[in-house]
Amino acid sequence: MHVGLEHYLTVSFLLFALGMLGVIMRRNLLVIYMSLELMLNAANLALVSFSRFNDNLNGQVLVFFIITVAAAEVSVGLALIVALYRRRQSAHVEDLTTMKL
Amino acid sequence: MEHLQNLISETTLPDMMFYVFATLTLGFGALVIANPFSRNPVTSAMFLVLTIISMAGLFVLLHAFFLAAVQIIVYAGAVMVLFLFVIMMLDLKAEQHRKIKKVAIVAGLLSVGAIVCIFLKSLHATNFNAHDSPTTEGDTALLGKLLFSQYVLPFEVVSVLLLVAMVGVILLSKKDLK
Repeated sequence: MHVGLEHYLTVSFLLFALGMLGVIMRRNLLVIYMSLELMLNAANLALVSFSRFNDNLNGQVLVFFIITVAAAEVSVGLALIVALYRRRQSAHVEDLTTMKL
Repeated sequence: MEHLQNLISETTLPDMMFYVFATLTLGFGALVIANPFSRNPVTSAMFLVLTIISMAGLFVLLHAFFLAAVQIIVYAGAVMVLFLFVIMMLDLKAEQHRKIKKVAIVAGLLSVGAIVCIFLKSLHATNFNAHDSPTTEGDTALLGKLLFSQYVLPFEVVSVLLLVAMVGVILLSKKDLK
């Protein structure tokens, strides 16, 4: 069977689902963050395949911007995690229940 | 048997490479979120690097050469080094004794399974007016021209965003936050 847009979109969907499963299932902040990266990458794959199969380069420019924003987001997020760890000595979401009634 | 042989003779090399890279991407991605042998975040990070590299292979198959290079340099290089540094700074020994809760697994599988069903159903129902033989080439020259003509304002705004992120990180990493 000829590989087309549907195949790439299926891979992108499944990768997004894996990332979401990681966010729901894991309790370590760093692993949750990595799963978020996985979801972001899945969106990138979908955009690149749309760009390829619709003969339009704008999608790839968008992916370029997403990668830049993701790099900035990772640096700020990891700094937040380190600051949190310094205060609480834990990177585990179950230990962060200050807002619980 | 003959059907299988027909299938193999009809599959071209890029198509075969697609299946290889797609399997690798999804397999490594699964090992990022749930590795049966190790609960250590370092192994997750390493498998995330492999996921990103096999994804760059998919980008090459989509003729997005520039993005494949950026993916490897920025993600597998810079972002993952940042992750590994942070993992090194935090003491995560306690993590290895914690188990994944059964409720979380069931809830996760249920919700994610439902979403995958919706995804695949909508994919099945959509009629794409996509080209059968696309000609778009994502090479550096074309992307650069687009970036510095049509998208020059977002490009400049992104540089401000990077500056803001840098200032934010320096502020956050100060010892006594006020």
